[in-house]
Amino acid sequence: MINENEMKLEFISKSNNEAFARITVAAFVASLDPTIEEISDIKTAVSEAVTNSIVHGYENTLGIISVNCKIKNREVTVEISDNGKGIENIEMAKQPLYTSKPNLERSGMGFTIMESFMDSLKVESVLGVGTKITMKKTIKEQEKEEAMSLEEALRG
Amino acid sequence: MEIKFFEDQKLLIFKITEEIDECKVKEIRRRADYEIERFMPKRVVFDFDSVTFMDSAGIGMVIGRYKQAAMLGGQVYLANLTDSVRKIFAMSGVLKLIPEVKLYNDEEFAEKSTEFYDKEDFTEEKEVSL
Repeated sequence: MINENEMKLEFISKSNNEAFARITVAAFVASLDPTIEEISDIKTAVSEAVTNSIVHGYENTLGIISVNCKIKNREVTVEISDNGKGIENIEMAKQPLYTSKPNLERSGMGFTIMESFMDSLKVESVLGVGTKITMKKTIKEQEKEEAMSLEEALRG
Repeated sequence: MEIKFFEDQKLLIFKITEEIDECKVKEIRRRADYEIERFMPKRVVFDFDSVTFMDSAGIGMVIGRYKQAAMLGGQVYLANLTDSVRKIFAMSGVLKLIPEVKLYNDEEFAEKSTEFYDKEDFTEEKEVSL
């Protein structure tokens, strides 16, 4: 039997929605019984992408951020998109330690974290139109005892 | 964030109790800078024991305080890193710059806090897996 599920989330670009987005995605993914590490990796990657939309895409102005999350068997796909200003040079933006806003103590590690915490990362961006991040991660099958409960995922 | 200062040891401890992301980091930064300037500590410890989430905002925050403390003659240490927090610090190279130490809890802390473990000993005790 194929296990399929999908959800969509839309919220405005306020920084307190960073926590809302990552906790909601974690709760959605919890049905696959991920380990604490897997759930933590997904939450961190979602947080990085949403932060990028708020800080760089919308530059702290008001806009809508969409999170589309799909589960197919054990593979999770998370799409995070905004209608912000777009990324001029994606390759440069993805370089570790590169940041376009160094004055604000930004580490330039956002894309590096997304890339290494998830199995794959795709960045599509059009200047003046917006940016879409697509990330995939397969949740490994495991012993029941190690699995994280929905309750724990929500608490974390 | 809970803040403790031990005058005799010139030791300032920040026990972070919130999730560390771009939203929450501004307030942590503001309060930490204020206390560092006020006390001019020799040692500043960030205790991550109660941190349930941290993204890359934590990297900039810690490096920023490292610079600020250094300017005033102090050194920053990281204590009680959880696996997920350590993973992010290790990846960014922060652990090469800022030593990781062991910290005792609450009441025990004051008298034992001078016992900073050697970094080598510590990493042996808690293996890092990336």
